Amino acid sequence: MKQILTRSEHCLGCKSCELACAIAHSTSKTLYEAIDELEPPQKRVFVESSGGLNFPLQCRQCLDAPCVHACMSGAMQFDLKTGLIQVAEQRCVGCMMCVMVCPFGVIAEIASTHRVAKCDRCRDLDYAPACVAACPTKALEYVEVQEFARSGRQTFIDQANSFNEGSK
Amino acid sequence: MKSQKSIDPAVLELLPKAALDGVETVWDRYEAQQPQCGFGNLGICCRHCIQGPCRIDPFGNGPKAGICGANADVIVARNLLRQVAAGAAAHVDHAYEVVEALELAAKGEINYAIIDETKLRQVAIGLGLEIIDKSKAELALEVVEVAYADLANHGKRPIKWLMANAPKERIAVWASLGILPRNPDREIREALHQTTMGMDADPVNLVLATAKQGLVDGYSGLKLATDMQDILFGTPTPVVTESNLGVLKEDHVNLIVHGHVPLLSEKIVYWARKLNAEALLAGAKGILVSGICCTGNEVLMRGGIPLVTNFLAQELAIVTGAVDAMVVDVQCIMPSLTKVAACYHTEIITTMPIVKLPGATHVPFSLENADEAAQEIVRKAISSYRGRDPKKVQIPNHKQKIMAGFSVEAILGALATVDPVDPLKPLIDNIVNGNILGVVATVGCNNVKVTHDQLHVDLVKELVKNNVLVVATGCSAHALAKAGLMNSEGTNTYAGEGLKAVLTAIGQAAGLGAPLPPVLHMGSCVDNSRIGDLVTAIAKYLKVDSALLPIAASAPEPQHEKALSIGTWAVTMGLTTHLGVVPPVLGSKAVAELLTQGLTEVIGGKFYIETDGVKAAQGLIEDIRAKRKKLGLSS
Repeated sequence: MKQILTRSEHCLGCKSCELACAIAHSTSKTLYEAIDELEPPQKRVFVESSGGLNFPLQCRQCLDAPCVHACMSGAMQFDLKTGLIQVAEQRCVGCMMCVMVCPFGVIAEIASTHRVAKCDRCRDLDYAPACVAACPTKALEYVEVQEFARSGRQTFIDQANSFNEGSK
Repeated sequence: MKSQKSIDPAVLELLPKAALDGVETVWDRYEAQQPQCGFGNLGICCRHCIQGPCRIDPFGNGPKAGICGANADVIVARNLLRQVAAGAAAHVDHAYEVVEALELAAKGEINYAIIDETKLRQVAIGLGLEIIDKSKAELALEVVEVAYADLANHGKRPIKWLMANAPKERIAVWASLGILPRNPDREIREALHQTTMGMDADPVNLVLATAKQGLVDGYSGLKLATDMQDILFGTPTPVVTESNLGVLKEDHVNLIVHGHVPLLSEKIVYWARKLNAEALLAGAKGILVSGICCTGNEVLMRGGIPLVTNFLAQELAIVTGAVDAMVVDVQCIMPSLTKVAACYHTEIITTMPIVKLPGATHVPFSLENADEAAQEIVRKAISSYRGRDPKKVQIPNHKQKIMAGFSVEAILGALATVDPVDPLKPLIDNIVNGNILGVVATVGCNNVKVTHDQLHVDLVKELVKNNVLVVATGCSAHALAKAGLMNSEGTNTYAGEGLKAVLTAIGQAAGLGAPLPPVLHMGSCVDNSRIGDLVTAIAKYLKVDSALLPIAASAPEPQHEKALSIGTWAVTMGLTTHLGVVPPVLGSKAVAELLTQGLTEVIGGKFYIETDGVKAAQGLIEDIRAKRKKLGLSS
């Protein structure tokens, strides 16, 4: 299955993903119009840093999802068609339980409605994540998990090989 | 995202060849840059100090101020001032070179003639110099002294070139705003200072400083450069030639001049004619010099040299495989040229100490060695021709006949055939009676963010259809030339009835036997000064402030910082100035509103942003009608 996966060593902390995410969740879907919308659009990806590490974090789409368990109104639910967790906004009562239990802290509050929002993997854009498209260094990838893992193995083996070559 | 790369048929023909030849073009690199940074697009990132970079969150969730405390208004205004100052710096530097050339020519130290004594005397009189009993050289040196005095002015006296040439009503407005520049170099230095960390944080003050840079650009850049170039090389008169990539000749040595300053290109044109026999020996039928960007416009205006193409298609000229050498001076030279040329036999020749491209041949050009350098360059082109691979040659069969060379003097000359005593009268009369609704000047660049040439052409077709006379310079002029808007047929096809009647009458009176073109080519980007001169002359004739005239400006596809400074100058002249690509200012509502509305109250002009060509034309027509109404003219 395709997931949004991150090569954090490529993240320069430019926050282009944050901007693209907000625009993707605006009414107009364009930068120049989105900045003037009455209700500012809410981003659902967050570039956080610790020391030298930058990491763009968004909903990890957990299978055993604490946010779904914690939601008493049924707003936070699995979409059976896509297998993604989505927020049924009208059902959200604003209790913020999901915010408290999310281990990644990637559920946001929409200031104007006091309801929650999180990565919906760009449902409005036919599930083509805007954050991935916006990333200038390709730190964010929307990729088959197997493919990502395979390239990780390749990197590992290349490094091992160059170490061997170097020690000859 | 846009649908099409270009409306130019020659470009559309060569793009597949570029792909086939493995050449990466500006359009490929543009796609690789997508999506572009939103903070940059909005102008809300700051790199002025190294506590930064800082960015403001345009959606209000994140930081509202940079580390130093500068908010979006300050950051946007500071960035804009720096860009406009950079544009002004380019033009003042250009002007400085031609002032130096006039000085050395007058002293007989270099092999450049002073061709236009009439213009020299006219400029001298404008500056208040005594001209009687002075030789050409003496007078030229006095003119040069005035130019140098502006650049060395240590006092508060405003720039002389501005005071001598700008409309009096405008000078009063600028003085009241405290934006009369003193010394172009000092003002540019001050702008850099004003925008460093811990300096100006008042967006209004910063925007006024930006307006001041527009004046530096207009008078110590554009106007000064054109005056010097006309004196040295002659004031343009109407010429007929062709434009677009189809002007290249398969059986000729094709030498392209690209850049902005005519000091080099004029010499290239001269020596290409002189050394033609050497090209014949090499098996060619001759040498064809043609031009890209504004140095192309310079030699077009004065020598009828054909235009190859404009900014965005400079790489595709090389993709024809028929260009033996491309010699460049300054500005708008894509660093990619040498990489493109590496796929063909084309030799890229740089000439200036501040423009070197790895992979190019560098032939140092100076005023003292101009003839030697030009000969060497022409000979390099001839020798490169011998290495041309005929299998790689594909010259698109697209070109348009054009009439150019419309300096203010040439326009007045044409009008004088209708009314020799009062040449401006026929133009004014036709504006008053509504045959001509107004005048729009289209200027500036191409920008890869929009379909190449489309905004220029859409805008202008709609304008001339509605009887608006269009004058053009720079890459806008190239675009309109290629689209067939600079010949008599263009008038018959595209002009509204009133405009057509006027252009036909003048064409007949001038002995052309056909109408004048609907778009008058007034020259290079520095020749926007000619448009300024025309506006000034009309304002003076009517005894009104130029801000009241039914005249507007447009940079339909602006790309360069120079376009921003030219546009700023147009706004200070009181003109509504259209931009067809959004400049990086929308991150601050306050600054954007100041530029598009607030400025009008104090300065008369404003920026008007519209990304659709036809809608922009309608907006400008509305603006012109409103100004006509205020003047009591039919609207």
